[in-house]
Amino acid sequence: MMPKECDGPGVRMGILEPRQMTGDCFFSSGQGICSGFQFVEMSSRKLKSNNLKHSECLSQVQRILRERFCHQSLHSNLFGVQVQYKHLIELLKRTAIYGESNSVLIIGPRGSGKTMLINHALKELMEVEEVSENVLQVHLNGLLQINDNIALKEITRQLNLENVVGDKVFGSFAENLSFLLEALKKGDRTSSCPVIFILDEFDLFAHHKNQTLLYNLFDISQSAQTPVAVVGLTCRLCLSEDRSVREVLQKHFNVSKNLRSLHMLLMLALNRVTSSHPFMTAADLMEANQLCSMDSKANIVHGLSVLEICLIIAMKHLNDIYEEEPFNFQMVYNEFQKFVQRKAHSVYNFEKPVVMKAFEHLQQLELIRPMERTSVNAQREYQLMKLLLDSTQIMNALQKYPNCPTDVRQWATSSLSWL
Amino acid sequence: MAHLENLVLCRESQVSTLQSLFGERHHFSFPSIFIYGHTASGKTYVTQTLLKTLELPHVFVNCVECFTLRLLLEQILNKLNHLSSSEDACPTHITCETFNDFVRLFKQVTKAESLKDQTVYIVLDKAEYLRDMEANLLPGFLRLQELTDRNVTVILLSEIVWEKFRPNTGCFEPFVLYFPDYSIGNLQKILSHDHPPEYSADFYAAYINILLGVFYTVCRDLKELRHLAVLNFPKYCEPVVKGEASERDTRKLWRNVEPHLKKAMQTVYLREISSSQWEKIQKDDTDPGQLKGLSAYTHVELPYYSKFILIAAYLASYNPARTDKRFFLKHHGKIKKTNFLKKHEKTSNHLLGPKPFPLDRLLAILYSIVDSRVAATANIFSQCLRCWVSDLQRPHGAPCSAECFLSCRRTFLPTAFLELPLITSLVTLQLLTLVGHDDQLDGPKYKCTVSLDFIRAIARTVNFDIIKYLYDFL
Repeated sequence: MMPKECDGPGVRMGILEPRQMTGDCFFSSGQGICSGFQFVEMSSRKLKSNNLKHSECLSQVQRILRERFCHQSLHSNLFGVQVQYKHLIELLKRTAIYGESNSVLIIGPRGSGKTMLINHALKELMEVEEVSENVLQVHLNGLLQINDNIALKEITRQLNLENVVGDKVFGSFAENLSFLLEALKKGDRTSSCPVIFILDEFDLFAHHKNQTLLYNLFDISQSAQTPVAVVGLTCRLCLSEDRSVREVLQKHFNVSKNLRSLHMLLMLALNRVTSSHPFMTAADLMEANQLCSMDSKANIVHGLSVLEICLIIAMKHLNDIYEEEPFNFQMVYNEFQKFVQRKAHSVYNFEKPVVMKAFEHLQQLELIRPMERTSVNAQREYQLMKLLLDSTQIMNALQKYPNCPTDVRQWATSSLSWL
Repeated sequence: MAHLENLVLCRESQVSTLQSLFGERHHFSFPSIFIYGHTASGKTYVTQTLLKTLELPHVFVNCVECFTLRLLLEQILNKLNHLSSSEDACPTHITCETFNDFVRLFKQVTKAESLKDQTVYIVLDKAEYLRDMEANLLPGFLRLQELTDRNVTVILLSEIVWEKFRPNTGCFEPFVLYFPDYSIGNLQKILSHDHPPEYSADFYAAYINILLGVFYTVCRDLKELRHLAVLNFPKYCEPVVKGEASERDTRKLWRNVEPHLKKAMQTVYLREISSSQWEKIQKDDTDPGQLKGLSAYTHVELPYYSKFILIAAYLASYNPARTDKRFFLKHHGKIKKTNFLKKHEKTSNHLLGPKPFPLDRLLAILYSIVDSRVAATANIFSQCLRCWVSDLQRPHGAPCSAECFLSCRRTFLPTAFLELPLITSLVTLQLLTLVGHDDQLDGPKYKCTVSLDFIRAIARTVNFDIIKYLYDFL
């Protein structure tokens, strides 16, 4: 899903794409983290066996690793994006030091390292002496600034212009916009402070009305005024969704080439580390993998009552006979009645309102969905619905269903289409 | 934690998973955790109990209450403010209108001394309602740790699976935790836990066994089962209290309570009657067969003629128009049975629902079935256009029979001012509904929205055998 075309003045934009995560990066990143534990082992051998120090050590390790997995704090290694990094830092330096205006769009799937890249670059930039005093940064996020009004106020606040008192920004949208443009236009290459705009979730900004903000930002970056760098970050949908320490990582890599999901897997394994169980073992990683790959709909079906399972089987049969045409409660009840009257020994013939309550519970769990919105006048029994589970899911769930009565199970496998 | 185990039964594994996820107070945890499972599987209870027992700073908000964005955001900020301020100081109410302001104010509030170095937990219950609010809210909360650069973890609780939450363009994936449903053994254990002190645990456990035997195949919701257990226990104890049986006489006790529980399934379980009505019935020892639920037929007392209008409407809704001749004309001649009986089971009208019919068809059927039962004056003001046009000797406005309409099916211009207000009142009672717009050129269309059982009961009161006239029961 590409961001809408930006119809502004001719924009010279660089586009950086962090490469697809390759297997090597994945493994070296994962193993690097796991090998952290070996250091703990070494240092704890050197110390006299002292329980307090040991648990303190563990606590430290947990803290550091949690910061890395959960809080994405910066560490020095950049895997697989060195080329892009060099390009980016070059660009930013040109704006910050030589006053040249630039714009960049960083595109990559979720979790491919875009935010990490820009944060790293900014950190390195700020270490340069002449830059840290001059350059201004404005951080915007498409999730927070959902329209241009809010975005404008945020920019004004972050740049701390004169119409800001404490946190409050005074003035209307038009006033703020003209004030900001004035402030930025007054400058020139040599004497004014360069400003770096970082726009996270860039595609959301492209959806604002008239794209006023983007238009103006890029306009300024083109004309000979205050040097401005505009860096946009946007995700691109990943198409590769198919569904022992190396084996688990390999399996995981086959499922999702996303570093974040790796962090989640490792974090789950990390949770098992306590003072009584100080080292992460292969078994921990296996169990963590199990937790990650549960099928959630199967879990929900596991917890349904027998009556609700019968209704799902009735719907499955209706789907099989009538080829996925939508059904209503009356039809499902009819199928259920046929089963109860002819084959069932363990399922009591429940009254219609009781069956209706079970049906509505399935609707509440979003396992079935009405075809159109419920109107006030329509009777509930005749409203057309669709089942959101397919045949294989139902059969798999039935295998695992606890204490399933045999006649129900048999009914699932063979429909009663002999009338 | 022994104390925790007593409070939370049958959830040891989930409690330990959550505890290990939280880690120590100052540790970072997952930015967002998504807990899903069936209703009454303990998600809210376990999360709240754990956070309270470990005394971690947390805010609990139920998204059902927050139908606007402001309500949600302000609740979170103000509750946090209360947490961080001392007991005497009354903190000022914070207002917040957008998510951008929320992030900014959140950063300020969490700078307070008491919240600075620990993980703050925001728990959002019934999180499925977040999907219907502004589009940036759910992805924003999932990344709150990154957006605010603070040690905060957002916990989402829901019945609905995570796949239905994920936005189209993706988002930060939370850690998904599943709370499995309780097995029958677990339910037995939890329900037996709150036995009243006057009776022994075994006695109560036997009662729970019987209760589960009746209700387990229908409902596994712990809250419903607990409610039913509390309501019906006095009835179970009745023989013991009266001295007719001892506590160990399980057979007798079972025979006493089982029909009562079956009746409960049809009334209190469906909320047809309220729990206080149920308790009253138990105390007064009246026969539960006399219960009048909310949908009881006897509540609707219609006038005699209106009942016929309703019956005619039901026939018009569920019989195809081409079959009217056969049912309602006195001399319909021979109708080929083979053409007539062409039907598949699916197209049985009782499975598809009522069809709309125009007013004139209703009146025609009505006059045909009413015919000899109501005074002929009811028919007087109807007129068949064909008869009026072709038989000019007939004075304008002279009565013409419904038979004429049914056989020739030409335009029928009823001026049925007797029936129209009755029809309107049936629409008000929602037994009929008006379909389409009021100003349709070819007159109003109606639909009959009562069930077969209801109309049979009505027909019985006027001695009309409706089954004989229904196409689906030929």
